[in-house]
Parts: sequence; structure tokens; C-alpha cells
Amino acid sequence: MNTLAQLLAAFVLAPLLSGIINRVKARIGGRAGRPILQTYYDLAKLVRKGAVISRTTSWVFATGPAVSLAATAAALLLLPGPGGPAAIGFSGDFMLMAYCLGLSRLGLILAALDTGSSFEGMGASREAAFAALAEPVLFLCFLCLATDTSGLSLSAMLGTGTDGAMAPQRLFVPAILFVLLLTENSRIPVDDPNTHLELTMIHEVMVLDHSGPDMACIVYGASLKLWLFGALTTLSVLPVRQMPPLSAWGTFLGGMFAVAVAVGLVESGMARLRMERVPRLLGAAGALAALSLVLMVWR
Amino acid sequence: MELFESVLVALICVNLAYLAFTRLRTLARLTAVQGILLAWVPLLCAGPGDHGHALLLALAVLAIKGIGFPWLLARTLSRLEVNPVIEPYLGFNLSLVAGVAGLLFSLWLETRLPFPPGLFPPLLFPAALTSIFTGLTLVVARHKALTQVIGYLAAENGIFLLGTPLSGQGSVWLELSVLLDVFVAVFVMGIALHHISKTFESIDVGRFCSLRD
Amino acid sequence: MELFGVSLVLYLLGALGALCLTGREAANRVGPAGALAGSLVGLASVFSTPASAASLFVLPWGLPIGDLALGLDPASRLFLLPVYVLGAACAVSGAASLGGPHEEHCGQDRRGPHWFFFNVLLLGLSLVMAARDAVCFLVAWEIMSLAPFFLISLHDDEVEVREAAWIYLVAAHLGAVCLIAFFAAFWAATGVTGFDALAIAARQGQLPGASLLFFLALTGFGAKAGFVPFHVWLPEAHPAAPSHVSAMLSGAMISAGVYGLWRALELLGPAAPWWGWALLGLGLATALSGILQALAQGNIKRLLAYSSVENMGLACLGLGLGCIGRQTGNETMAALGLAGAVFHVLNHAAFKGLLFLCAGEVLHAVGSVRLAHLGGLGKRLPVVGACFTLGALGIAGLPPLSGFAGELVLALAILSGIDLPGLLPRVGMSGALAALAAVGGFALAAFAKAAGLAFLGEPRTPAAANAAPAGRLALAPLLFLAGCILAAAAFAPMLLSLAGQAALAFPGLDPAPARAALAQAADILQSAGLVCLGIVALTLAVLFLRSRLLTAHGVRREGTWGCGYTAPSSRIQYGAGSFVEPTAKILRLPMGLSRRLDMDAGYFPARGTLTVTSPDQLKLRFFTPLFEVVARTCDALKVVQHGRVHLYILYVLATVVLLLAWKL
Repeated sequence: MNTLAQLLAAFVLAPLLSGIINRVKARIGGRAGRPILQTYYDLAKLVRKGAVISRTTSWVFATGPAVSLAATAAALLLLPGPGGPAAIGFSGDFMLMAYCLGLSRLGLILAALDTGSSFEGMGASREAAFAALAEPVLFLCFLCLATDTSGLSLSAMLGTGTDGAMAPQRLFVPAILFVLLLTENSRIPVDDPNTHLELTMIHEVMVLDHSGPDMACIVYGASLKLWLFGALTTLSVLPVRQMPPLSAWGTFLGGMFAVAVAVGLVESGMARLRMERVPRLLGAAGALAALSLVLMVWR
Repeated sequence: MELFESVLVALICVNLAYLAFTRLRTLARLTAVQGILLAWVPLLCAGPGDHGHALLLALAVLAIKGIGFPWLLARTLSRLEVNPVIEPYLGFNLSLVAGVAGLLFSLWLETRLPFPPGLFPPLLFPAALTSIFTGLTLVVARHKALTQVIGYLAAENGIFLLGTPLSGQGSVWLELSVLLDVFVAVFVMGIALHHISKTFESIDVGRFCSLRD
Repeated sequence: MELFGVSLVLYLLGALGALCLTGREAANRVGPAGALAGSLVGLASVFSTPASAASLFVLPWGLPIGDLALGLDPASRLFLLPVYVLGAACAVSGAASLGGPHEEHCGQDRRGPHWFFFNVLLLGLSLVMAARDAVCFLVAWEIMSLAPFFLISLHDDEVEVREAAWIYLVAAHLGAVCLIAFFAAFWAATGVTGFDALAIAARQGQLPGASLLFFLALTGFGAKAGFVPFHVWLPEAHPAAPSHVSAMLSGAMISAGVYGLWRALELLGPAAPWWGWALLGLGLATALSGILQALAQGNIKRLLAYSSVENMGLACLGLGLGCIGRQTGNETMAALGLAGAVFHVLNHAAFKGLLFLCAGEVLHAVGSVRLAHLGGLGKRLPVVGACFTLGALGIAGLPPLSGFAGELVLALAILSGIDLPGLLPRVGMSGALAALAAVGGFALAAFAKAAGLAFLGEPRTPAAANAAPAGRLALAPLLFLAGCILAAAAFAPMLLSLAGQAALAFPGLDPAPARAALAQAADILQSAGLVCLGIVALTLAVLFLRSRLLTAHGVRREGTWGCGYTAPSSRIQYGAGSFVEPTAKILRLPMGLSRRLDMDAGYFPARGTLTVTSPDQLKLRFFTPLFEVVARTCDALKVVQHGRVHLYILYVLATVVLLLAWKL
């Protein structure tokens, strides 16, 4: 019952996060901004449209967004929440989650290469490179959590809060997960989700040729992925599993809201990094993760 | 003790940051951060009846390492016309890997050296050794003489950290260590940089070739 | 055991038949038929006996040492599976590609000898996996190593093929020398050659210098399996060989190296602590170096060859985990590590075989396997494209296929080692998991490159635009292997239990906790399978919805959006060098990429050339100079060979005098 509520919350509330981010950015920029529910309106509009499909493409282009959405949704099955453990959980399920995200990425990369366009090829090559660099960092974070809580499944690792004092090495993990959120969801400082210019092309340019229901799949999949990473960041620091259900849900949703606001603040406050600085950002995050892991293992 | 461990973890992070940042001004500010963190160490390490002495020492450390040296470094930076970006011999990601490897080595070394039990609080020896390694890495792996001075300061802070358990036993180790820092300030930075900039028009150590024949 | 013997006889018949019918079309039927029949009978023999049974068959053969001892135990049967499955598929594929009157080289029809050696290779592989005596093993190893030399040099009118065959031969025999030394040292210490007797002697501690023996075994078997730094022959030999031979070599023959290492570890008895860690480190280094170099390649077959290096590294990682687990008493790690290694070898055989056979179809249709000449083949060769995508998905280790299951088992083995005592082992295990994740990420990139640039987009050359679709006989083995892959994905927990039988038979493991760990891992794979099923179901649901929505709202076909650029051509698509440019900016040295930019000086240069190549740096900088030094030394020694008869007689006289003086 609780698991169903968690899944429903993810599927229903995920598009709200990008709305909150855009509102925060607009307010800080002195504008009124789009409605918070804009992503829902966009999805409804896209679903009602037909599609323009390139003549160069084949079945891969049609299947790519579907595979991407399905893989991201399946990764959500492994995510625990404030109500209780995940729908499916086992030792080492974080690896399945990471590889499901990899499958969704591969679907989009192949669909991009299918169009035969150099823009999309550029996006595909950058996405493949940065994702390959971000994956070890994600695994190091999960290992930190596993060492700290002595549990090997996501349901055991997340939502238990930091035991004992708020040791700094324990607080690095949410920060690193936040940096990974920015990387994997193509937010500033890694990529600019607003423009489609060459300088900012990683994720946005991969999906240039999709339209209609395909684009709806991609937008919704991106929202689900943002929810996933936001939940990972929130649950790694808030002890929602030790609270009574109502306050757990409240804390969790409050945490997600805070993460969205933080993303908006980061996007408003920073410019995008030069493309060659992004590996340095990931390297610094990885070094910090390695530092946390070494200190935790040393205890 | 939790606060002490947090300070030590912050010091290790500052060491990693030394290896990761690319601008000289940021490095100079990092020395200030390291100095301020080190000022806490005598206070947290003090024995029960020693608070006055520890407070005096902490204030001295803050004044010299936290304010004095960074100010001198910033003044030198603004006087010399230096390219603000560091050119490294060893790339940044590799330096970070070296830093983490140094931390691992220090942790391992702590288990192998025969200390009398209770001499060092946990994590002090690795933090100090990491500072020394980071300082030496900065000296070896970067081009500019100013970076080498900063590296020497970082290594010196590490040695200072190693000596803090001795502070409560009436030895003058820490005072001597602080005096050595003052010596560094006068001798190395003031005279040497002044001479280098006058004689050579640049502080790129790659262009020093009079050490070989 | 009897069926096994029947399969050996069928291989022999096929070989002799092909040789007798040299020069006629029938050689191209009898040879593959023998291979196919032998492989099917062999498959029957593997599946007819229960997995945990062991049988032995000994026949003294009149040589001074050793006997013909053949036996099948769980490990042998599991390593024989790829041999038989790929033997059948490659035989059919080879018959299809070599069929027809155009296969004349240098005026002779080479197909008869080719199929002779193909059957001999299968025979050798079967004997290697079944040998239970050191001398028998070495003889079978030599048969297995020699046959591919002739197979690779089918098209030896090309210089690269001749060089590649020579490199293969040298590497194979350098490895064989280490193996002969290994078994000779064993025999000298214990006086017996049968594997059971050797194992007993080793356990009783009669082996001086077990570490040296381990090192010899690692070098010898590592050279065959392709561990760094002995992998340099793989990327030369596999592109030069015909595709059905490459598939066989990559899927079955290099697994013989892993099998040999498995047997050597069984024979050497209780392991020193550093052995397991050395295998772990070597495996990870091989995997990382292999996949990074694969990422850099612009030739599909070279990319697949380096990917084989990576996968053998992962199998070595599994063996290392098994050793560490056995030595520290962590039964979970040992059982899962060993089972994971075998599982990974089986997965790799299926995926790599399919990929190489698809590459062969591409070569047949277009005439080139360089990514710069391909593109858009998915529309001209739909079945080949779909099979290649399936194989690429599997070998990148992505759910829902069984490649992910294999990597999950290895990860579970590593995770059970996170609470080993001591700081360094724990850090080592964490580093191993992070490295495994990095390998997975780069494998995804490399195979996205291979599948995407070859089969998707626009054709880059006219040859690719006019690619001829493959015939039915050529497609049959592809569909067979694809079916095996889908079956393996559906029955992954069962496959793990099968692989676990080999792990349980490994000496030194406590069976009860190992069995429990394997059962738990199978349960985990079942839960993971549920998620994978969810992915498939959700994909189908979304596709169904999409098709309904599009029929309701309409679809229009246009050209690809060009951002206002009015003269697009197929050559401005991303290619092999440009796809890896972001990665190459950070990792150029490990990837071995070298780029050269020749541009006219000044602003607005009129001409410019950019060359991006990826030679094997180890071969270029270490092995080639080393062999050149050896060649120069040998040339210098030729001064002794001057052709003057009276001086030769002087040599004989001097030797006789010396011997007399020394002995008396």
C-alpha cells in the first residue's frame, strides 16, 4: 500500500519539480515565470500532436524513447521512500538501478545516432563520455552509504539518516549526489536545459528530431529521472524511515521541494562550465567520494 | 572529540582542494582557511589545566598562519605580475588521485608505526601526513615559485599538526614551530621572491637553469 | 563420455573428409557438416549428464610419460558449451560465406585445408577441456594453438593477414613455452602427470616455489586469454581472420586460457594471499585498458577484439575474487566469484560470437569493416542490424539480457568482501567495484559507437548504400545465437546455478555456505529478472500507446533537421574519431589515440588534414622494439653460419674433444 503510494507520488509529482526549478530561476531573474504546472500542460500538448519523423531513421528511432522511459520507470521500482522499502529490493540493487539508467541513456543515444545529424551525434558522444565518468562516482556514493548503514540494498541504505553526530564525511554524500543530479539531468553547470546552442549541447541536442508522443516520452522520462536523483539526495540525509508516516511524507516532500529550489538557485547563480572543466568537476566529486569512503571504511 | 574530528576532516578536504584549484588567488585564500582551522587545534587538544596557554597559542597561530601569511601572499601576488592560472606538471585529476592515494598511504602507515597508545588522537597522524604529502606534491608538480612557497606552507602546517599532542606537556615545540613559520615568512617570501622578480623577470622555476651545468 | 567420444570422431571425419575432397565444392559441405554434427553431439553429451557428475577415461599410450586421460567434470562441461554452440554456428556461417565459386586464392581452392583445420581446432579445444593428464593437456593445447594459424591465413595474399598470422603464432608459442615449463616443474617436483595425482601432491606440500609456478601459469594462460600486457596478438589476429574463425577464436579459444588458469589454480592447491589480489588487479587493469582501447578503434573487428580483452579481464577478476574468498574463508565471495567468472565466459561467448558473425556479414555485404565506410546498414541489412544491436546490448552488460546478470554476480562477490578485515582489502574491494562501474560505462559508450555508427544514420560511402542483404544460410546462425541469448536472458538464474556447479567442484570450498550463497544469488537474479520483465512490458505498452496516438494524429516524413544548414552530406555525421573526442580529451593516453594535425600556416588555411589513429601502444613501444633487438642478435649470430665445410668439421672435432676432456 505504502509502496504503491510512493510509486504514484513519483509518477504524478515528478513533472512538478522542473516547474519549481523554472519558477525559482524566473523569480531570481526578476520575471514572473511559467506556471508551476507547465510541464503537465506540455506533456498534454505533446501527446495530442502528430509526429514528424526523419526519413533517415529506422525502428531504433521509434523504440529509443520508449525504452528510455520504460527503463527509467523500472529504476523507480527500486527506489525506497518515506512509506517503506522499495517495491523490489535485494542486495546490490543499486547496480540494477544504475544500469537501468544506462539502458535509458543507450536508447536515447542510439535514437540520436539514427538521425544521421551531426548535432545529435555531438550530443550522443558527450552524453556517453560524461555518463561513463559519472558512473564510478555514483557507485562510490552508494558504497559510502552501504558502509555507513551496513546494508547492501537501497531500501536499507536510504532514509535512515546519519547515525550519531552529523559527521562531515557523511554529509559529503548528499552533496556529491546533488552534483551527480546536476550532471545526469543536464543542469547548469554541466549543461544548459534552456538553449539548443552548440556550447550547451549535451542532452538537449540529442532529442532535437523527436516530436509528438516521442517527445512526451522523453520529457516525462527526464522528469522521472530528476525525481529519482532528487529522492536519492533527500533520502541519503533525512531519516524519514524512523518517523511516523505522516511526518515522514511531509519531510520527504519538503526535502524534494528543497532540492528543486537548490537546483534553481544553482542554475541562477552559476554559469555553465566549459566543456573541458566538466571532467574536473566529476573528478573533484569522485575524489571527495573516495575521501568519504576511505574515512568511513577506516573506522 | 566530534568537533576535533570534524576539524581534521575539514583539513584533509583543504588539502585536496589545494590540489584541485587552478588559480593562485584561491590557493592563497586556502592557506588562510587552513590557518584558521589549525588555530582550533591547540584549543581542542589542550589538557585540563592548560586553557590559558592553549588560548594564547591559538591566537598566535591565527595571527600568523591565518592572517599574516595569507596577507603577505596576497600582497606578493598583487605586486608581481603573475599569470593568475597555475600551469601544472601533473594534471589536476592525476593530482587529486595522488592526494587520495597519499591519504590511503597515511592511514595505512598509522597502523604500521609503533606509537605509544594514546599519543595521537585518531585521524591526527593521517591528516598531518596528508598535509605534508600535499605540500610536497605542490612543490614538485607545479611550475611557479609562489606555488612552491604555498606548498611549503602546507607541509609546514602538517608538521605543526603532528606536534600538537606535545603542546600540553610543557615542551616549547609549538612555540618553536611558530617561530619557524615567522622565519619562513621573512626569509623565503620576502627576500627570495623579491630577488627572483628583480633578477629574472619571471618566477617560473622551469626557467631556472643555473642549477645545472 | 561416449557421446563425447562420438563427437571427437565426427570432428576427425569432417577434417579428413574436407582434406580428401580438396579442390571440390563438396569440401565446403563435408567440412562444416562434420563440425556441425560433432558440435551437436557434443551438446547432447553436455546436456545428457547431470551437471555435477564427473567421469574419467584413461588409456595408456606408450609414450614414456603420461597417458591419454580424458574426463568431464562440471567445469569442463561448462567451458565446452561455448565450443559446441559456437562451433555449430560458425561452421554454418563459414559454409555460407565461403560457398560459391569465387573463393579462389592464388589459383587454389583453399577450402578443403581450411575446413580440415577448423575441425582440428574444434577437436583440439574439446581435448583441452577434457584432458586430465599434463602431457595430454599439452598435446591438445598445441593442436588447439596451431590450427588457428592456418585458419587466420586463409586470405594470405594480403600482407596484413600474413603478419597477423605470424604474430599469433609467436604469441601462442611463447605462452606454450611457459606452460611447458609449468608442467615440467610440476612433474620434476612430484614425478606424476595425472591431474588428480598432481593435486594431491600439491596439497601435501611437495611443491617448492609454488609462487613461481603460479607466475608461469598466469603468463602462459594469460597470453592465450589476452591479459594485459600479453594481449597484443588479439587485435591483430582477429581482424585478419575470416569472421567465422574470429568468432570461434574470440568466443571459445581465449576462454581456454581462463579454463587453463582455473585448472592451474585447482592443481596448485592452497593459494598464497597475494595470488588472489594479483589476479584481481590484473583482471581490472586488463578490463579497463581493453575497453578504453576498444573505444578508440575505428575498425569494428578490432573494437570487438579489444572488447574480448576486456571481458577476459572480468573473468580473471572473478577468478581473483574466488581465490581471495577461498583464502580468507569467505565462502560467499569464493562461490560467487568463481560462478561469476564462468557465467561471464558463457555470456561473452554468445554475445561475441554473434557480434563477430554480424561483422562478417557486414564485410561480405559492404567490403569493409571500417566505421568510416559504413552507415545506415540497419535499413539494408535489417536482421544483421537487429542481431548486432542485441549483441551490443548484451555485451555492454545492460538489463534485461544476461550480461547484466553476470556483472551483478561479480558485483555481489565484491560486495561480500566490503567487510574484510583490514583497511587495504576493503579499499581494494571498493576500488574494484568502482572500476567495474567504469568498465560498464565505457563498454556502453564503445558499443553505442559500434552499433550506432555502422548501422544507423546515413551511408557514408556508395558501397554502404548498395549493401547486398545476406542470404538465408548466413542468417541462420545469427538467429540461432540470438535465440540462445534471449533464452539465457529468460533463464539467467538457472544458468547461474549451472555455473555454480563448477564453482562448487573447486577444491578448498566449504560446500554448505557456498551452496547457500549461490541460492541467494539465484534469488537475487530472479528479483532482477522481475524488473527486467517490467522494462520489457513497459516498453511494449509505451510502443502500443505510441502507435495508437500516431495513427490518430498522423505522421509526416521529412529530412533530418539541419539547423538551417542547407548542404548536409553523409560525411558530416559523427564518425569513429569524433564520437570519442570528449573521452579522448581526458583519457588519450590510456586509449592509445594519437592525432596529427597538418594545416597550412597562417590564418584561414586552405588545406588541412587530421589523422586520428589508435595503434596498440604496448606493441608499438615495447614488443616491436624488443623483437627487433632479438632479431638483431640472431642476425649477429649468423656469423657462425658461413657455409665453409672444413670449419663445420672443425666444430664437430672441437665438440668431441671437449666432451672427452670433460667426461674423463
